Amino acid sequence: MSKQTAAPPSRAGAEEQSSTSVIDAPAQDAPADVDKKQLARERDEVKERQKDRFTGLNKEQLIGLYRQMLLIRRFEEKSAEVYVAGKIGGFCHLYIGQEAVAVGAISAINKEDFVFASYREHGHALAKGMSARAIMAELFGKATGCSKGKGGSMHMFDKDLGFLGGHAIVGGQIPLATGAAFASMYRNSGEVTLCFFGEAAVNQGAFHESLNMAQLWKLPCIYICENNQYGMGTSLARAMSLRDIAQKGCAYEMASEFVDGMDVLAVREATMRAVQRARKESLPTLLEVRTYRFMGHSMSDPGNYRTRAEIEKYQERDPIKLFSASLLEEKIVDEKALEEIDKQIHEEVEDALRFADESPLPDAAELYTEVYANPIDPSRNRDR
Amino acid sequence: MPTITIREALNQAIREEIARDESVFIMGEEVAAYDGAYKVTKGLLNEFGPKRVIDTPITELGFAGLGVGAAMVGLRPIVEFMTFNFSILATDQIINSAAKMLYMSGGQFKIPIVFRGPGGSAFQVSSQHSQAMESWYAYFPGLKVVMPSTPADAKGLLKSAIRDDDPVIFIEQERMYGNKGEVPEDPDFTIPLGVADIKREGTDVTIVARSLMVPVALKAAEQLEQQGVSCEVIDPRTIRPLDIDTIVESVKKTNRVVLAEESHPICGVNAEISTQIMERAFDYLDAPVKRVSGADVPMPYAKNLENLAVPDVEKIVAAVREVAYLD
Amino acid sequence: MATKVIMPKLSPTMEEGQIARWLKKEGDKVAMGEPLAEIDTDKATMEMQALANGVLRKILIGEGESAPLGQLIAVIGEPNEDIASLLSEAPAAATAKKEEPPAAPEKEEPPPAPAQQPAPPQQAQAAAAGAGTVGNGRQAAAAPSTGRVIVSPLAARMAAESGLDLRSIQGSGPGGRIVKKDIEAAMSAPKPAPAAPQRYPRPVEPGQSAPAFGASAYRDEPASQIRQTIAKRLVTSLGPVPHFFLTTDIEMDRAAEMRKGINALDPDLKISVNDIIIKVTAAALIQHPEVNASFQDRFVRYYEHADIGVAVAIEDGLITPVVRAANQKSLSQIAAEVRELAERARSKKLKPEEYTGATFSISNLGMFGIDEFTAVINPPEGAILAVGAMTSKPVVRDNEIVVRQMMRVTMSCDHRVIDGATGAKFLQTFKKILENPLYLVV
Repeated sequence: MSKQTAAPPSRAGAEEQSSTSVIDAPAQDAPADVDKKQLARERDEVKERQKDRFTGLNKEQLIGLYRQMLLIRRFEEKSAEVYVAGKIGGFCHLYIGQEAVAVGAISAINKEDFVFASYREHGHALAKGMSARAIMAELFGKATGCSKGKGGSMHMFDKDLGFLGGHAIVGGQIPLATGAAFASMYRNSGEVTLCFFGEAAVNQGAFHESLNMAQLWKLPCIYICENNQYGMGTSLARAMSLRDIAQKGCAYEMASEFVDGMDVLAVREATMRAVQRARKESLPTLLEVRTYRFMGHSMSDPGNYRTRAEIEKYQERDPIKLFSASLLEEKIVDEKALEEIDKQIHEEVEDALRFADESPLPDAAELYTEVYANPIDPSRNRDR
Repeated sequence: MPTITIREALNQAIREEIARDESVFIMGEEVAAYDGAYKVTKGLLNEFGPKRVIDTPITELGFAGLGVGAAMVGLRPIVEFMTFNFSILATDQIINSAAKMLYMSGGQFKIPIVFRGPGGSAFQVSSQHSQAMESWYAYFPGLKVVMPSTPADAKGLLKSAIRDDDPVIFIEQERMYGNKGEVPEDPDFTIPLGVADIKREGTDVTIVARSLMVPVALKAAEQLEQQGVSCEVIDPRTIRPLDIDTIVESVKKTNRVVLAEESHPICGVNAEISTQIMERAFDYLDAPVKRVSGADVPMPYAKNLENLAVPDVEKIVAAVREVAYLD
Repeated sequence: MATKVIMPKLSPTMEEGQIARWLKKEGDKVAMGEPLAEIDTDKATMEMQALANGVLRKILIGEGESAPLGQLIAVIGEPNEDIASLLSEAPAAATAKKEEPPAAPEKEEPPPAPAQQPAPPQQAQAAAAGAGTVGNGRQAAAAPSTGRVIVSPLAARMAAESGLDLRSIQGSGPGGRIVKKDIEAAMSAPKPAPAAPQRYPRPVEPGQSAPAFGASAYRDEPASQIRQTIAKRLVTSLGPVPHFFLTTDIEMDRAAEMRKGINALDPDLKISVNDIIIKVTAAALIQHPEVNASFQDRFVRYYEHADIGVAVAIEDGLITPVVRAANQKSLSQIAAEVRELAERARSKKLKPEEYTGATFSISNLGMFGIDEFTAVINPPEGAILAVGAMTSKPVVRDNEIVVRQMMRVTMSCDHRVIDGATGAKFLQTFKKILENPLYLVV
């Protein structure tokens, strides 16, 4: 046990009155007073399970996962800071708390594979290899942003890195991802597509229409439902009749799995199984990844729909602290190495911030470019 | 040149383009085994097999979005809506994904896709199956909207639409599938998008008509010729982008214009054309721009009421006479 | 068949007229072209002629009463004809043109009715097919009684380009809208030459001389980009006609001497200083055509002759009779003409063509002891000269103080067409000639 993790000391085996693991507890039932000891015990159990998953991963890979999660965390913390300072406009949906999902899942695919995400996609973009600079500049609405300042927080894209976007209509990316997978099947080109969405998107028709076609036509698409338990401010319990989302795969005879989204290695392993199914059998998979967002839905979230205690309960299972504890205990890294990583990431984020700040705004002429790939007398589309 | 129907012309265009480009395929409800609800895709499954000619479940939002996603990574889907009435279910993917993807990705993801199918008034199928949708789609930058009125235009424009790198809404007219005309056989025959066609030249009044209203306007022009009024009939063919220059040039010549459409008048395409004429040719107008539109009601079922709801030759003749100050 | 008599349009700006005097009474026989009444317009008292033969059956508007343009004011018919149906329409302001062409101000030649005019080909086609006839029932419903001209955008542009006064044209479209064919008809109609109440005379080729008493010929040149920009910018600052003012003092001793000398030759001539000023102005204008000009939005109009408007104070206002081609007239001609025009102005007998269409105006308040003032330009003229009183003043000549007859003039210029230096150069010439009137004969 390291002081690096903020978790309180654990006493394994004590006070076993609860059989409900924290990740299974419906949000509505969150206790007002958290039993810290119970939480610590559960955390340690998860950590032990996580350490069992180290097999097959070398040191660089493990540190790489940690590094990516920490980069997302620090990037998002910085985004919040500059958002409040007025440097970022519009909406800003932060990914803090959910880092293990994007990092674990995307670590299971290749560069050529496709990733689609929702509007909470800064983390997925970073995990797919996009630079902190390009993403921060996009948040700043600068010409150097990954979408040239035309997309913003909710519309990050990088064609070369196979990041096919943040999409801002809940569930809208699900048919799109299905289409990219269709193209892989059509061309027999071998890519798999990861499609990330929140649990609220599951209630949209687009989800069901897409899963039906994907299974029907055997499309290599992996649907990753990041169940952070709130659709904006509405808890899962208030919005979904059948809350076991993994079970919904049955409706389409699709393979599905429930995954602990606070364990980066669990997410990675589940995704690897799904990737194998996609590549070998050209079949889709539905993963329900239980996670939690520590911040509000967006920067303007009043947070009045959940208790502080509930948030603390999940913070006890912070995926980054959990993983760093595992790494230290397995002696993959020492404190000093972790400090060094933190320092590097701090510098990377600061650099991105400077880059975004100093980059020029898009040229006014950009207003009318890229409306059409084959423009037909563009003057007709301009102000008359 | 052989004389064929619009249905056959569309079929030729799709067949030629699927044969020409490996990345082109067609999907939609009943396009394959059933040979197409309106037989536009007749014989294609036999010729190209189920990989290129794909029957979908009845799931418009889903397969429209799937098409857009496939286009993002380089395929060139032709998505058939059995009728454009059902495209309403797919508008999120057409508008929020297809139309905007190129722009909001900073130019990275073009969407070469065609959404096609019959639209406009049908025969006695009442309100939900008989309506004109073009003004919806023409509203959105990023989309192109095409409405052919002859077999040659249908073929040439559809081939251009399939080869175009932008999402194209291609609205055929259900009542016109059997209309015949000469169509070139050359597999390289195309008609560029965004270019209006002067279907008949005249000097006194310009009639702008699209889709079903083109043959109606031409008949009206014949009658008016007998009455001493020479009408110029312009078919924009592409609603977005609109070839307003051709229309304005004609109005500058005739000084009077009637805009015919079967769609509802409010916020319709002709409202836009009218505004642009006013903006660009105000000093050339000798009479107010006159619209002849479909009735501002849901489409009725009864034959007599349906006839009243769709503009006919008499309505166009009356409008022309009005702007020519003849009545 | 009974004919309506409507309040005719007798001046370009007239919106209603007052019956000064009926020259016929009910029951009198009237012949076409015979004077029927005298009508006070906003500018003058005009004669109205009968446009039909018959008996003046009914007078609907009495002497001293007013009626808007187009309103039924009397009925001419056969002695025993039933005119009840016509009279029932009396409150309706307008009447269709088929039945009553608008009375024109000129006595000699009423404008031809539209039916007599050569129809444009299109109209001919339609008529051949038995289709349209112009002038329908709807027209009567909307009367131009407000004075607003209803005109299609195309017809408005055509009228502006060809210098037609829309108010002189009866529209054949719905609600009396003036449309393309009405303009074409008006353009192809024979011009009742000198008497036409046009504001903008028909252009003549440069060099071709205008009739001595007609309006000046002119040439139009496109307004340059800078000219249009100057026009736009200045208008936003000062209103539709952006004025600026140039003032100079003029030594009048020689002009006064000349006047005295001429009048001594023939006391009947009665040349005034103002007549000399008119003559000098005309001479200076011919030397500075850029000032003898008018801004017309898309072009600048340069006049061949100097038609000088002379402001005349009358009982209830001001009117500006025009001395046509003053540059070609002798001082004695100018003097006689001004006197005669002023007289008729005071008795309100001026015809519209006698008080419109000047190319430059002069306003003289010297007789009221005014030393200096600024006058307001009468659009579309380019400038107006405000003339002050002639007074003895000490001035310095050859380093000595001497007494001279001094007069101060201020020219108001339309900055859209005249710039400061242009106006100044004109005024310099004006001053030079007026101080040495011998230049008039050099």
